[in-house]
Amino acid sequence: MDLSVVTGSLDQYLSGLWLTVHLVTLSCAIGLAAAIPLAVARVSRKPLVYAPVAAYTWFFRGTPMLVQLLLIYYGLGQLAWMQGQWEAGNPFWRLFREPYFCALLAFGLNTCAYTTEIVAGSMRNVPHGEIEAARAVGMSRFVMLRRILLPSALRRAIPAYSNEVILMLQGSSIASAITLVDLTGVARNVYSTHFAPFEAFVFAGLIYMALTFALVGLFQLAERRWLAHLRTQETAKPAH
Amino acid sequence: MFQGYFLTILGGAALTLQLALLSLLFALVAGLAGASAKLSRSAPLRWLATAYTTVVRGVPDLVMMLLVFYGGQMLVNHVTEYLDVGYFDLNPMVAGVLTIGFIFGAYFAETFRGAFLAVPSGQLEAGAAYGMTRWQVFTRILFPQMLRHALPGLGNNWLVLLKSTAIVSMIGLSDMTWLADQAGRTTRQPFVFYLLVCALYLVMTTASSWLLGRLERRYSVGVRHAEL
Amino acid sequence: MKKLAAAVIALSLLSLGAHAKEWTEIRLASEGAYPPFNTIGADGALGGFDIDIGNALCAEMKAKCTWVKQEWDGMIPALNARKFDAIIASMSITEERLKQVAFSDKYYATPLGLVAKKGSPLTPTTEALKGKRVGVQRGTVADNFATKFWAPKGVDVVRYAKQDESYLDLTAGRLDAILADALEADGGFLAKPEGAGYAFLGSRMFGATPEERAVIGEGVGVAVRKKDADLKDQLNKALAAIRANGTYDTLRKKYFDYDIYGQ
Repeated sequence: MDLSVVTGSLDQYLSGLWLTVHLVTLSCAIGLAAAIPLAVARVSRKPLVYAPVAAYTWFFRGTPMLVQLLLIYYGLGQLAWMQGQWEAGNPFWRLFREPYFCALLAFGLNTCAYTTEIVAGSMRNVPHGEIEAARAVGMSRFVMLRRILLPSALRRAIPAYSNEVILMLQGSSIASAITLVDLTGVARNVYSTHFAPFEAFVFAGLIYMALTFALVGLFQLAERRWLAHLRTQETAKPAH
Repeated sequence: MFQGYFLTILGGAALTLQLALLSLLFALVAGLAGASAKLSRSAPLRWLATAYTTVVRGVPDLVMMLLVFYGGQMLVNHVTEYLDVGYFDLNPMVAGVLTIGFIFGAYFAETFRGAFLAVPSGQLEAGAAYGMTRWQVFTRILFPQMLRHALPGLGNNWLVLLKSTAIVSMIGLSDMTWLADQAGRTTRQPFVFYLLVCALYLVMTTASSWLLGRLERRYSVGVRHAEL
Repeated sequence: MKKLAAAVIALSLLSLGAHAKEWTEIRLASEGAYPPFNTIGADGALGGFDIDIGNALCAEMKAKCTWVKQEWDGMIPALNARKFDAIIASMSITEERLKQVAFSDKYYATPLGLVAKKGSPLTPTTEALKGKRVGVQRGTVADNFATKFWAPKGVDVVRYAKQDESYLDLTAGRLDAILADALEADGGFLAKPEGAGYAFLGSRMFGATPEERAVIGEGVGVAVRKKDADLKDQLNKALAAIRANGTYDTLRKKYFDYDIYGQ
């Protein structure tokens, strides 16, 4: 085990870590923000409203994120029409030229699909009593959504959502497939320069684990703050 | 449209399925072992199982796969040279099955553990009161009922497992994704090939979901569901 | 006592002799993503100049050879881990690599070349390329060269797992230029329809200083494990033979109509 491989590349690992952190944070933030209105649409009873959302989540949950990423980066990049837009200098389509934007888009679309289904499922599981009470009090649909349904659903979704964010963190490692030098990308560069797989990948793995622990801690805090009222059931010890 | 690569990619789809099913087998065994370890009375076993699930949850699939493939062969070689047993080849398929099975074994362990705990302990006590051996209690009472609780979790994990097989293409296994990669690079038309692979994955995941729905309904016969 | 000593010496000499074996079954590895030197056809089989040379060498050595596909990233570790016995994948002989493996004599030589759109004002100098995006394949001589001499001067070096991926991004307009083996860029990209609007910029790079020459290397060879000196000797003999009897030239003419062996 040659530790000098790692200590010599610490600055690379740090920059890779930073890229991973902001890529994952931005993707999850965008995904969550978009998922809330999409989840409201998803639980609607009107086919014209829920069908497009259902089709979107079906596609993005039914295919691997790696293939989605490659489709957006290499697939779109090879279309003659897209290349024409780049040469013309079109500012919007030019975004697709950047690997960072393509990764953000792929990860964001992916996490949004999963989060939409999580929140929609959570909304369906809100105790019916709460909804009946809101209607009895005379709340309009929009007010009921804003004050009763969504807060309750979002709280209950925290455990499932925490899982999704952690999976997103692990999933972000495929960003190295489109030339991004995230944490995994740095490990691959270090490996191919020094031929040292253990040092390069174990160190990256340790950093990912540290990030995961941090996330778990963060979500435990969130649960304590927003799900405290449900805690009595969870602390009951199983009978031996 | 696919310039002669269509059949090759279909063959890759078969390989993907093969990889997924083999990993599933490995993961189920590892999951049952892990769940038993977590529920056991021995503290070192519980600690080991917790370490296992923590590491798997904390490290990306890709990093683990690169480690197993590039580092694992070196390890296997040291061992075989030391024991003088001859050469064991860790090809991408073996590395893929081992890694994916190892990773999802941890997720299945959590699912099985929750499912074991969900069976009312009164039933197990009743079985013991009737004089059943521990093995009989396990096979006749615990396991069948546990399966009902485990199926949703197992089903979800199977779908995630199926999709994570795409990552094995990054260590060179000639699965669907790798072949689509290669076809795309050679013909300079990656878009149509990636779309084809997406379609094939959608077929697999949709069929799996439908099958799992049927399985869940079959195992829930006789259980009352709340009216939504 | 003397008899015992003699017996021990005889036995140890025998075992020494036993190590210098004649290779009759060899596993060869190549990447398959480096046209025209190594490619993978629609049927999944390896092909190209490297594969042809490998097969010719085996025929000359009267050995049975099997081909293994291996991603470029893991080539040398896999060789040392005994996944296969030799690498014939256009791997340049460099000092860095000689620390890990042994090489046969060279079987062709290639300088580096900078490829960009025809009419581009760029030249292979750090002044012209500063701030520009230059693509390389990770772990190649071009990668080492760009990382060592250009990246510190502000050139944005973008690394790809496969050479083909860099061509995709060059034609898409994501890269300003590519640094690669000139022969491979010529036969694998510029000679093809999609390379029509592209050309080499400046002259081929053989290395202007001794450090640059050390990085670029003196040619491409067959890599074997350091302890397999006997395989290396066998390969060198076979290489000399196919060069002498014209097999090499016949194979070369299939892909290039100019000499690629170099001095």
